[in-house]
Amino acid sequence: MNSRASIWHDARRDPALLVLWVLAAALVVYVFITGGYLIAVLQFAAIYVIFVTGLNIFMGYAGQVSFGHNAFAAISGYTSAVLTANHGWEPIAAGALGLSGALACALIVGYPTLRLRGHYLAMATLAIGLIAYEVAVQWGSVTQGYMGISGIPPLGIGGWTVTSDRALLVLLILSAALAVLAAAGIRRSRLGRAFVAISGSEDAARALGIDVAHYKLIAFLISAFYAGVAGSLFVHAVGFVSPEVYGLHMVVLAFTMLYVGGIGTVAGSALGAMVVALLPETIRALSDYQDLAYGAVLIVILIYAPGGLASLSRLWSPKRRTEGA
Amino acid sequence: MNLLRLDGVTRQFGGLIAVDAVSLDVPAEGVTAVIGPNGAGKTTLFNVISGFMAPSAGRVMFAGQHITGLPPEAIAKRGLVRTFQLAQLFENLTVLENVKVGRHLHTTGGLLAALMPFRAAHSETVVEEASLALLQNVGLASQLDMLAGVLPYGQKRLLEIARALAAEPKLLLLDEPAAGLNRSETTRLASLLRQIATSGVAVLLIEHDMSLVMNVADRVAVLDFGKLIAQGTPRDVQLNPDVIAAYLGTALAAHA
Repeated sequence: MNSRASIWHDARRDPALLVLWVLAAALVVYVFITGGYLIAVLQFAAIYVIFVTGLNIFMGYAGQVSFGHNAFAAISGYTSAVLTANHGWEPIAAGALGLSGALACALIVGYPTLRLRGHYLAMATLAIGLIAYEVAVQWGSVTQGYMGISGIPPLGIGGWTVTSDRALLVLLILSAALAVLAAAGIRRSRLGRAFVAISGSEDAARALGIDVAHYKLIAFLISAFYAGVAGSLFVHAVGFVSPEVYGLHMVVLAFTMLYVGGIGTVAGSALGAMVVALLPETIRALSDYQDLAYGAVLIVILIYAPGGLASLSRLWSPKRRTEGA
Repeated sequence: MNLLRLDGVTRQFGGLIAVDAVSLDVPAEGVTAVIGPNGAGKTTLFNVISGFMAPSAGRVMFAGQHITGLPPEAIAKRGLVRTFQLAQLFENLTVLENVKVGRHLHTTGGLLAALMPFRAAHSETVVEEASLALLQNVGLASQLDMLAGVLPYGQKRLLEIARALAAEPKLLLLDEPAAGLNRSETTRLASLLRQIATSGVAVLLIEHDMSLVMNVADRVAVLDFGKLIAQGTPRDVQLNPDVIAAYLGTALAAHA
């Protein structure tokens, strides 16, 4: 079993999913050819695919709740921004340091809280998300507060940099694809099965010898890594960062993507991120009512397709799930 | 040689003594049943043995080692695996994946293996074959790719047993495996239990279905109000006046 085979396998089982993948790919190709403003939208979508795919490992696979993964994106993103824009570091080196910082923070928060059951972790993550935001606002000498940091150089290694919008789009789409493949590989592995087992029944998992606290921590660290990657890619793609980038809005957006796409499924979290990122463009006319529209779409999906986009085909063939064929 | 030895195991909940100084030996082979009226403390006793609850007093020895107060995952690692009174399946995993999780202790591979699926392909095939054999044995081979959550209840119980067997236990604890099963499913369960015992895995079960207990158990222990009131062969226990009194009440008890 390998990850590519598993995505293909799921898609073949589920024609609606296959259609969505094809549409997504077609959209990328179309935008790549025609260019324009949509390139920036897709770049944004690809970054969120990474963030949400990581969050799905912790929330969808392992069944935990985190309101604070924006903190890990912020730690990695700000590290990248400060070191490259103000100190002339290479993006790769700055990003690696930022990711280490995000992982260290995840370890410090996760180790004690993941031993507890229930909502302690959710509360702790909520706190760390808010703390990260406040630090970004208040630590003016480094983050420049609400002003934010501009002039962040584009991605690159040595003398070679990704300057064109199209090249950046390709790079981000490839990164997102890699992130999705890795998540699919995890889902099909012993590790991923242990995650999903924990979300099913912690007691049964323990009775079979699974160290639940240990595996929750691993899931938390993996998803923090994804968040950090997304955070660092963002600052280089946009060239600017401010506290609002990693504010509570990021959490709301990621949750919307996760549930619209279908929490727990590899395809769902990736496709959900793309659809929700594109949504504002399709409902642009509503400008002031965008959040209202978000909410309405979310409610409609939760009512009519509680499994999200990934479960769409079940709407018109309810037997598919039970046949499992 | 006794596989499991309980020595004065007691569990209190405030003023209630759910398990009261129970000393019991479970040999390394055959089927041992724990019976008793509702509320006799059977499930509490199981929770203490399997590490889900610490005893208030007493010791639990397994395979010659102290396991009192160890966490469930450490006890499972030593070869004592349990099922639950209400089947606890991993409902978002398929039938096959559920049994694969049962192989957790006998497989390796973390993040690295997950990200290099080609290198892990061989061990994955081995796990799959072992799991398949277990599922064939309980008659679930045709439902491999179904989500466990959609199985009918009787099949859930069989799947839970197959998953526990995947962990290769020395002692299998089954908490009311026949609860909710119909006649034919119970018959199938009885022969499965005998087969498990014959394969060399000791079985300790809590059960209310008396005909099942009398058919499959080699030894029976009877709990009443947390105390062990009798043990012996099914026949001995059936004729034991204390046991009859516990289940039916007696003229004496009525007077007292």
